[in-house]
Amino acid sequence: MGKFKLITKGLIKENPTFVLLLGMCPTLATTTSAINGMSMGLATMFVLILSNIVISAIAGYIPDKVRIPSYIVVIATFVTMLQFLMQAFVPDIYETLGLFIPLIVVNCIVLGRAEAFANKNSVGDSALDGIGIGLGFTMSLTILGLVREILGSGSAFGFKFIEGDGILAFVLAPGAFIALGYLLVIFKKLTSKKAE
Amino acid sequence: MSLCLLVICLACSALLAGVYALTKEPIATAEKAKNEAAIKEVLPSAAVVIEEEKKVEGTDYTYNRAFDEQGNVAGYAINVQPTGFGGPIRMKVGFDADGCIWNVKVLSHSETPGLGAKCTDEGFAVNYGYRGLGYEDIQAGKIKVTKDGGVINAITASTITSRAYAEGVALAVELLEKIGKTADPLIMEE
Repeated sequence: MGKFKLITKGLIKENPTFVLLLGMCPTLATTTSAINGMSMGLATMFVLILSNIVISAIAGYIPDKVRIPSYIVVIATFVTMLQFLMQAFVPDIYETLGLFIPLIVVNCIVLGRAEAFANKNSVGDSALDGIGIGLGFTMSLTILGLVREILGSGSAFGFKFIEGDGILAFVLAPGAFIALGYLLVIFKKLTSKKAE
Repeated sequence: MSLCLLVICLACSALLAGVYALTKEPIATAEKAKNEAAIKEVLPSAAVVIEEEKKVEGTDYTYNRAFDEQGNVAGYAINVQPTGFGGPIRMKVGFDADGCIWNVKVLSHSETPGLGAKCTDEGFAVNYGYRGLGYEDIQAGKIKVTKDGGVINAITASTITSRAYAEGVALAVELLEKIGKTADPLIMEE
């Protein structure tokens, strides 16, 4: 697979949110606004790239029976590193994302890519895969966050364009599911049209 | 097999220890700055020197005293966390030098957006009737929502949050009384 393709497949063909349907919990919970969704996506991408690189590098040395615990230790280490760095340098975003940063450890996407790709491919390819899937995840989260923010708070990226509140249901759980469902349908329609 | 796990865990721990050491100071500085900013927000502008955090005697509640440039007590900021609708509402209640409520800041909460979460709106404490209330008002049962016979306006359709908020503020007033408004000036270290 061409190197560039490795990155772009994460955006459409193997989009983690709309195609692979992985990492739904943080997707629904952190997309209350475009900025929150984007921050979560970028944080996950950071972990994904690093864990893909390291796991790809050491996969050959790990006996099969301790494969999963080893991967989890590596992923958890990078997430904890991310936590310290965010707490130190971007405390506001750290507060907003709160509990969902440590939950990146159990985000299916990270372990999923480690199992499905990183342990079978070269370090370089795994890094590119991490970038691609990470970008796809960030894009999905930003779009979902933007839709929920526009409908629910009447603002986009923090800039309000109406007075008061919007349809508050979209800032809460029900709206998250509804918005995600509709976006899924739209995504499938657009990509199947392209395939024809 | 276990050797492999041992090596991986050792390497990861070493890496984490390194990052921890690197970020320890920036984290502490950011936390301190955030806390000081929150304290200054709930106190009158005269409060410029903030004393270190202390515990209210006999309780687990913490507070900070603040002084003005001349070394006189300019206010108190007390931390409380009443139970709201969706969980604890961590808040800082600021008092001026006379022991009257000045301002309140909600540090964290799990209230409903658009309803209870309105308690974090700019100027909420002032707009809903808290500023200027003091210890005598507790005796008179004033620091309660109008539904319960007090003077505080409740957020429409968010009685639980409003009640919890009022509870927290009333508790802070009682704590302040406990601290005693000792006006011993800060001994400025030259």
